[in-house]
Amino acid sequence: MEVVFQRPQALTEEKFSYCPGCHHGIIHRLVAEVIDELGIIDNTVCVSSVGCSVVNYQFFATDAIQAAHGRAPAAATGVKRASPDSIVFTYQGDGDLAAMGTAEIIHAAARNENITVVFVNNAIYGMTGGQMAPTTLKGQKTTTSPYGRDSKREGNPIRVCELLNSLDGPAYLERVSVHDPKHVIRAKKAIKKAFQLQVKGRGFSLVEVLSACPTNWHLSPLASIEWVQKELMAYYPLGVFREAGEVDGEC
Amino acid sequence: MKGNEAIGEAAIAAGCRYFFGYPITPQSELPEYLARRFPEVGGVYLQAESEVAAINMVYGAAATGARVLTSSSSPGISLKQEGISYAAGSELPCLIVNIMRGGPGLGGIQPAQSDYFQATKGGGHGDYKVIVLAPASVQELADMVGTGFDLADKYRNPAMILGDGFLGQMMEPVDFAGIKKSKIVEKTWAVGCKKGRERNVHTSLYLDPEELEKHNIKLAQKYELIAENETMAQEYLTEDAEIVVVAYGLVARICKAAVEKARSEGIRAGVFRPITLWPFPQKELRKAVAAARGVLAVEMSMGQMVEDVRLCLEGRLPVRFYGRAGGMAPTTQAVYEEIKKISLECKGVE
Amino acid sequence: MAQVSFNEELCKGCGLCVEYCPLKIIELSEKINSMGYHPAQIIDVNRCTGCAFCAMMCPDVVIRIER
Repeated sequence: MEVVFQRPQALTEEKFSYCPGCHHGIIHRLVAEVIDELGIIDNTVCVSSVGCSVVNYQFFATDAIQAAHGRAPAAATGVKRASPDSIVFTYQGDGDLAAMGTAEIIHAAARNENITVVFVNNAIYGMTGGQMAPTTLKGQKTTTSPYGRDSKREGNPIRVCELLNSLDGPAYLERVSVHDPKHVIRAKKAIKKAFQLQVKGRGFSLVEVLSACPTNWHLSPLASIEWVQKELMAYYPLGVFREAGEVDGEC
Repeated sequence: MKGNEAIGEAAIAAGCRYFFGYPITPQSELPEYLARRFPEVGGVYLQAESEVAAINMVYGAAATGARVLTSSSSPGISLKQEGISYAAGSELPCLIVNIMRGGPGLGGIQPAQSDYFQATKGGGHGDYKVIVLAPASVQELADMVGTGFDLADKYRNPAMILGDGFLGQMMEPVDFAGIKKSKIVEKTWAVGCKKGRERNVHTSLYLDPEELEKHNIKLAQKYELIAENETMAQEYLTEDAEIVVVAYGLVARICKAAVEKARSEGIRAGVFRPITLWPFPQKELRKAVAAARGVLAVEMSMGQMVEDVRLCLEGRLPVRFYGRAGGMAPTTQAVYEEIKKISLECKGVE
Repeated sequence: MAQVSFNEELCKGCGLCVEYCPLKIIELSEKINSMGYHPAQIIDVNRCTGCAFCAMMCPDVVIRIER
């Protein structure tokens, strides 16, 4: 008997603090699997952001620092500049990255900072209990857009990959999803490529992962997955937006 | 050498190789200097998109154990307050330079000392302290960079140099030899490439209130230790002074001249100059005013340090205040007249 | 034939594995774990091919598979 699937080494034994059916757990596992496969656990530094994943330094078995809300890309820049041999990644939600940290993510990308950003987009503020996020869809009801997001009042959702794609800087931008096994495999490939680019010093890589938030969407885990497919993916198309230079070797 | 640039050279001498900053008058010469000099010594200079980003870059670099510097001026330091609170909460050493200018708001670009409260009472959230050093000359500015890094490393806490536009812009001879001796502490707590050590995590998040209280108590004990061991002050003619002028930074030099003028007219005055603004040199001040009958605090603000003087002396003797603000500096003559006024009051002649 | 083990104490009964198992041989058990959830369990391990779809979709790394 050969082990086909097991808990990656880059995850601690800590139980995830996420809600049932939340995709953070899947994404954490993919990042950890990639860290294992690239054999970089001793040099990896996780820069945690503020949101549901704020305590992910309890789950990733790597060095880690917890950055102020929105500032993870800046903190990661500091780590990478001071310790260039480290593999530095930030793990941020849409409130952290696309609201509080918009300047930080744009400038880190424009500098083509050699860090990897795992950006989880669930179109809502999870930790604080379901408020509207910059990625909340038009018409989507949240605790702070109770009548549904109205462009005239609350403006329009931000497509981060497309936004960053207008910059010369970034080396790699891809949007993926984890709503079924096929897409989980695709997402892992993207995360792996992002980390590989950093290992090769190619610069800024960001993988935007569409993610379900059953609790705050008030949907079951399964219904949330349908919502990802029907609604989220309609506004946030999956695909590779930027890919500077090929990554040699198996993807 | 110009004050701002002396800070850069002193940082290099102190083993600092990382600077994250943002342009703002009157300190921009420092980032400009390091942008030129750092590449020559293998340093990393990065201009961030904002002071908020800069202090968080400092936070990241500090976590790797590197000696890291940032500088700004008053409004920029306001933007850094959250990051400084995080650095204190995560116990990450770094050095922040504030070349103060007139405030509040956009204020002006002329020198001032109106950020005293922000620096010493904590401009950010939570129970934390920053070690605050106030040099009065370009040489002391350079020396304080070494001292600041040593204290920050020793106590794993942010340290701040509180200068002002004069100090930053003026030129005076400076010697960096003294700084080289400062020892660099080996940091086992650093993140980065680990060889066989346990993983390190730096966070200021303690969701469990009991844990957070324990953390606060631990920090408070650290601050008590600093207060007991690290206060610094300088005195001039205070041994027999009946009037002691308390002033820091460049203002203390103006007061020295005023005191000499008063002395020439038989008024026994002296100057007490706190060098550490936090921890405030309370023991030293109480000793200095033991024989005095009046105290005059002089600042380039509407009166901030004067409150700490009053707190320290606990009403034992009257504490007057004289200040100029908005970028105006007190003149020797004006300070002298304040001293004279107090002296007359003490004699009950008025 | 594969061997599948569920770390029942980590399972939050979200049901994604039940949905995505191509052979529909996973169900939530009647038991309740320490968190109060009905943990997932495999009904007929003999039919399991070890495709790991369940494990891939599991948000809590509950499932371990050998083949």
